[in-house]
Amino acid sequence: MAVNEEYVGRSFAPVGPYAVDAAMIAAFAQAVCATDPVHLDAQAARAAGYRDVIAPPTMAVRFDQLASREYVADPGAGIDFSRVVHGEQRFIHHRPITAGDQLSAQATVDAIRSAGGHAMITIRSEITADGEPVTTTTSTIVVRGGE
Amino acid sequence: MARAFETVAVGDELAPVTIPVTRATLVDYANASLDQNPIHQDEAFATGVGLPDVIAHGMWTMGASGTLVAQWAGDAGRILEYGTRFTSMVVVPRDGAELLVRGVVKSLDETTRRATVELTATSAGAKVLGRALAVVQLD
Repeated sequence: MAVNEEYVGRSFAPVGPYAVDAAMIAAFAQAVCATDPVHLDAQAARAAGYRDVIAPPTMAVRFDQLASREYVADPGAGIDFSRVVHGEQRFIHHRPITAGDQLSAQATVDAIRSAGGHAMITIRSEITADGEPVTTTTSTIVVRGGE
Repeated sequence: MARAFETVAVGDELAPVTIPVTRATLVDYANASLDQNPIHQDEAFATGVGLPDVIAHGMWTMGASGTLVAQWAGDAGRILEYGTRFTSMVVVPRDGAELLVRGVVKSLDETTRRATVELTATSAGAKVLGRALAVVQLD
């Protein structure tokens, strides 16, 4: 099945809110080999000007993926997830994700381009806390064409 | 302490870092990120779908590489923007692999006191990130 280009511009149901806590941040920091004390020590985080421990910048992907699932799992979207490769990822942080946040996320399909039998899809997720912007993520996935 | 804008010049190199990665790292990353794709954990599955071996999550590579910028800037909350292309795989055999990350200051914005840093990440000689750029807020 081909990727449905009519989905460009479509926004999906918001997901969340998801609670962010110190344990989630510590586990993510450890997994990406981040030893920065602002991830692990609330006092160090407060000394650096944050409310509590903050997430490594790429932890936003966790909420991006939960939001994007609403799109990629939509049967009408025509995406065979076994053929998906991650092409590009970008984060714009309006503020750091912080322990105590309740995050919601909403995915929008920004672009679908076809090239050489492959489809390149750009998905934007707006991550918010109480309606205020926290992170804008943009991922480009490549759906490889059949052989 | 965050780095002061006045102390930074275009062309400055960040101290490079070598980050070891094992399959246990990838299991930790899968659990922390919710990305449980078996190509990142299961050798038989990965080779079965045509990969050379277990490969790291692209997002693990991006995350681990970003620690170099956070350390240079002062803390991770100084990273305002971070983006990359995934150009090659970090192959993680049974005895592990290494990721070598370098960085250089590409541009400075005096008005916002921000720096743009370009990262180069390689593993087993292959460049694994492309156009990896981070915008950081300096003091």
